[in-house]
Amino acid sequence: MSSGTSQSPPSPDRRGLIAFAWVWVGVPLAYGLYELVRKATQLFTG
Amino acid sequence: MSPPVAPPGWSRWLVPPAALSVHLSIGQAYAWSVFKPPLESALGLSGTQSALPFQLGIVMLGLSAAFGGTLVECNGPRWAMTVALVCFSSGFLLSALGAATEQYWLIVLGYGFVGGIGLGIGYISPVSTLIKWFPDRPGMATGIAIMGFGGGALIASPWSAQMLESFGADSSGIALAFLVHGLTYAVFMLLGVLLVRVPRTEKPVDSGPSVLAGPQVSANQAIRTPQFWCLWIVLCMNVTAGIGILEKAAPMITDFFADTSTPVSVTAAAGFVALLSAANMAGRIAWSSTSDLIGRKNIYRVYLGVGALMYALIALFGDSSKPLFVLCALVILSFYGGGFATVPAYLKDLFGTYQVGAIHGRLLTAWSTAGVLGPLIVNWIADRQEEAGRHGAALYGMSFVIMIGLLVVGFVANELVRPVHPRHHVPAPKEAAHVQRHQSESA
Repeated sequence: MSSGTSQSPPSPDRRGLIAFAWVWVGVPLAYGLYELVRKATQLFTG
Repeated sequence: MSPPVAPPGWSRWLVPPAALSVHLSIGQAYAWSVFKPPLESALGLSGTQSALPFQLGIVMLGLSAAFGGTLVECNGPRWAMTVALVCFSSGFLLSALGAATEQYWLIVLGYGFVGGIGLGIGYISPVSTLIKWFPDRPGMATGIAIMGFGGGALIASPWSAQMLESFGADSSGIALAFLVHGLTYAVFMLLGVLLVRVPRTEKPVDSGPSVLAGPQVSANQAIRTPQFWCLWIVLCMNVTAGIGILEKAAPMITDFFADTSTPVSVTAAAGFVALLSAANMAGRIAWSSTSDLIGRKNIYRVYLGVGALMYALIALFGDSSKPLFVLCALVILSFYGGGFATVPAYLKDLFGTYQVGAIHGRLLTAWSTAGVLGPLIVNWIADRQEEAGRHGAALYGMSFVIMIGLLVVGFVANELVRPVHPRHHVPAPKEAAHVQRHQSESA
């Protein structure tokens, strides 16, 4: 016997896309932060 | 162009990186100073002339955000991000042509005018979409994007400097650097264009309240409310106070401790400026996220009230303790960044999501005003004090008193913010139909 309810197709797994998108923006940002920390330490060593 | 609607199962966590790809790119504007010395020597320009592309860019940012906001709301975030990509990137390509042919006006037109339109449209492009995806945490969502604008300069500054070192600081080296910037930013921003989606329903899954809950006010109506102008004053005062430190950070710390047993070297002062940039960026995400917990009005009470207290501490005891001076300056700069990042969520609370991007665009004129006001106050007063024979910390005492006064004005303006009167609200669909029926019956 049919339940009478229609099931929507399963949504595609987007975890790979999410990871890619965050790495895309995260890598340049990490580079910028690394350069910033290097420069900021001069306050204490310079 | 209709806004791109998310397919079923689209994750809202794809929207912040889309926004970041745009904001991290356009944030390059604050690293323009890297190009100034090479341009001056290659094209024989003065310091004032070499600052012109940046200044025009910031003016165009304010104008395009104020006048393009409604277009962004109508056409959606993908259209806005595409416009931002094309303008920002072609601004660099025109500048490359200008540097290669040694036609400086092309650099001003390209980077300043065309690129500046990209800055303004790009800045407001993701705001409304992020708020719609994250109605439960609008402060955090817009904080991530606007943090990206601060982060853009951190990336561009060492990257551009390295490029000029490799290509050479003559006109052909500068042209090549501009060309690489234009192409790289086009590819980088493309992620935002491809990923950005508006939610299918008014209430994204598991995101708490509906985005259409609460008042909805159009951009044209919003600027007729006292709430808009109170927030305009709040933003203008908060930004002016931040710029007061940012503008003269390096000479200020050097002057403050010049007559002490522990003077600050030029290298250490550069480190201090970098630390301020970090506080500015961290404040954008940290304070804006906190506003989701304690409320927008309360967080601005902190920015403006505690900010004034920090200025008072610097003015009274700053020259006696370096850690105290640095700590207070860092807190002020974190509030400066926080003020920028929290304002879209404050606007959403007051005016709803209906045209929040366009309202935000109009509010950014407060930023342009503060950009002129802040440096003007600090520089003018420091010059007058120097002429009067003062030196060290005494050069800045009067500026700090003025900054405290401005923050108090902002604090009062924040206290005056009340919920928007229902007469300014856009009628809900049912209500609008009822009004229409009533009007036709009585006609």
